Amino acid sequence: MTAVFYISSVVALVATAMTITRRNPVHALLYFIVSLLAVAVDFFVLGAPFVAAIEVIVYAGAIMVLFVFVIMTLNVSSEAAGEKPAIFARGAWIGPSALAFALLVELAYVIAKSAGAAAGGVSVPPAEVGRALYGPYLIAVELASLLLLAGLVGAYHLGRREVAGK
Amino acid sequence: MVTIPMEHGLIFAGALFALGLAGVLLRRNLLFMLLSIEIMLNAAGVAFVVAGAKWQEADGQVMFFFILAIAAAEVSVGLAILLQMYHRFKTLDTDAVSRMRG
Repeated sequence: MTAVFYISSVVALVATAMTITRRNPVHALLYFIVSLLAVAVDFFVLGAPFVAAIEVIVYAGAIMVLFVFVIMTLNVSSEAAGEKPAIFARGAWIGPSALAFALLVELAYVIAKSAGAAAGGVSVPPAEVGRALYGPYLIAVELASLLLLAGLVGAYHLGRREVAGK
Repeated sequence: MVTIPMEHGLIFAGALFALGLAGVLLRRNLLFMLLSIEIMLNAAGVAFVVAGAKWQEADGQVMFFFILAIAAAEVSVGLAILLQMYHRFKTLDTDAVSRMRG
């Protein structure tokens, strides 16, 4: 089971390195999503299933969707390319698919090997995380909600002034 | 976890953080800089989860939860600034906005 950790760590590092070196933002996002999925596999192997699920749902799901929305709004990728939109460049899908395929093989191995149990040792169940979150960390949860509210107001303000300025 | 030494997990987190830092320093595109900041926040979360798994406490995962909230707030404001910048300057190059007005 340790091999799963090291393989997905390598996948995450390779995908991250590809993320910061791409020219096309959409390709970079694809690689970054693969990197987040690999990190989620790492979390699962480390015995943190709750955080692994949150990583996939919130990070790779919600936050990356924000990035995709902004890229689609700006249409940056079409200005970077010359005649042909670089999104449709031949072979751009091979790298992320190969990395994701490695993760898929790991998933099949884990399912076949351990029948749904967290990898090999003791894991911290989500119920315990929830008890910690709403017990000793209650103030921090409230502060996080306050921070998110500030982020909401800030994003609304910055987005609104652009419309009013037109 | 017993089977994986904590040092390896921390080295992994450090390597991820270094990649994110390199991205911030090397790229001049605001979108990629935001993406690299996300990479660095994620690496910090990995370090927390690795440390939490070492002592088998829930605190590491709780801290990752807070890092997630911080990342969400940061990226919403950052992307709003990015949109604003693109509408004003028609570029995402951070060198184009390196001067103050006045």
